[in-house]
Amino acid sequence: MSPAQSAESPGVAQPQNPAARTVLDASDISRALTRIAHEILERNRGADPVVLLGIPTRGVGLAARISARIAAVEGQSVPTGSLDVTMYRDDIGLKPPRGLEHTDIPAGGIDGKVVVLVDDVLFSGRTIRAALDAIGDIGRPRAVQLAVLVDRGHRELPIRADYVGKNLPTSLVERVTVHLTEYDGTDAVLIADKTKVEA
Amino acid sequence: MRHLLSAGDLSRDEANLILDTAEEMRSLADRPIKKLPALRGRTVVNLFFEDSTRTRISFEAAAKRLSADVINFSAKGSSVSKGESLKDTALTLQAMGADGVVCRHGSSGAPHLLATSGWMTGSVVNAGDGTHEHPTQALLDAFTMRRHLGSLEGRRITIVGDVLHSRVARSNVLLLSTLGADVTVVAPPTLLPVDMTSWPCATSYDLDGALAKSDAVMMLRVQRERMNDAYFPSAREYTRRYGLDVHRMAQLPDDAIVLHPGPMNRGMEISAEVADSARSVIVEQVTNGVAVRMAVLYLLLSGSNDTTEEQTA
Repeated sequence: MSPAQSAESPGVAQPQNPAARTVLDASDISRALTRIAHEILERNRGADPVVLLGIPTRGVGLAARISARIAAVEGQSVPTGSLDVTMYRDDIGLKPPRGLEHTDIPAGGIDGKVVVLVDDVLFSGRTIRAALDAIGDIGRPRAVQLAVLVDRGHRELPIRADYVGKNLPTSLVERVTVHLTEYDGTDAVLIADKTKVEA
Repeated sequence: MRHLLSAGDLSRDEANLILDTAEEMRSLADRPIKKLPALRGRTVVNLFFEDSTRTRISFEAAAKRLSADVINFSAKGSSVSKGESLKDTALTLQAMGADGVVCRHGSSGAPHLLATSGWMTGSVVNAGDGTHEHPTQALLDAFTMRRHLGSLEGRRITIVGDVLHSRVARSNVLLLSTLGADVTVVAPPTLLPVDMTSWPCATSYDLDGALAKSDAVMMLRVQRERMNDAYFPSAREYTRRYGLDVHRMAQLPDDAIVLHPGPMNRGMEISAEVADSARSVIVEQVTNGVAVRMAVLYLLLSGSNDTTEEQTA
């Protein structure tokens, strides 16, 4: 996704920003993830074929939460890992080199499984394109599905999410930031006007 | 970071970034498709004026796994043997559009000259220059030790052997001290540089005294090809005083490891039993070398050149 995507934005300073407005609070996020967990089970008729892969940074935390909810409902845990897409991005040659995030493929691999990619914000779709390429180098899943906490629109590629926490119509000057307790100390989805933030 | 010329140029953060990136690259070895698209369309030239097996192959494998195009150049069988200068060779590489040049040269400072002369614009990686430095070897040694020992902060590391002629020793001392390790260099007086005061390490002539408190021991190769003088009376005496055999190895703490940059003179600085023992991580060093060199090439070459230049300027 573009630099405006939450995982890359230095969002720690933002709760203090008066321009930022909370669109999802902790209980909203919790309910959305519970629903997504149920939808994943319903759609795939159980947890058997499912492998959850979170996209760093915050997708990994979200995948772990969905995994915990599936385990609570089904009584069996689903393999959960992380997938770094840095080296598959289409802008890798255009920006300064970036450090890599951790990739952790569950022991059973992904061949013949249903891989559910988990990310926090779906924006241009470029991150997901990169993730699809990365998956292709790791194995051949039976299907790939996409779960996101927020879909903010403005797609630049023909990509859509299978499971959406909240559809959030935004304008391009707005910035969507996801905070999770694991990384930011609090659960919230914030929206701010980029022009005001910078002013 | 634009070039990698000396292990001493790396800050602790930069060194850790390379080692952390290498950790991710290392996991690629377990995948069915050992290839990443990060350097697609980039050209890496391996410019080797001196013989090398593992370093050249390691850099070649690293660049290929990152999808770069690799051109191998060795002085033998090239125009260098007809008397072409380093400058003209560099201009040729520039004309061919090399994005990165991995340079090994018998003269200390040759990679530095390539990087700073303005003859070419690509990134230069020092793959060993004379008796000066070999930074990627130090990085892979640090990486191997980190995998076995955890953080190197406060770890005691002993480097044994021909320090005078060893670029590996110099790069390791610089890098390991940056990473917070306590480094001791052990060698016969004739194989230590005359003035060691600028080296961030302790020195000793007594191997047995240093072994008992070492978390890792690195044996250096006795470099016969660089020895024009009698540095020690005989190979046998060197082995008796500074060689690592099973009896000496028994003095090491239980979880200590033994490293060697290769190629080994078995029976000289290291006995065959030690080289093949469970403590020896010498084969693992080679595997880790590819991961570390991938990390270095990735961090130097993957971004846009313009922004890297702005950052270093």
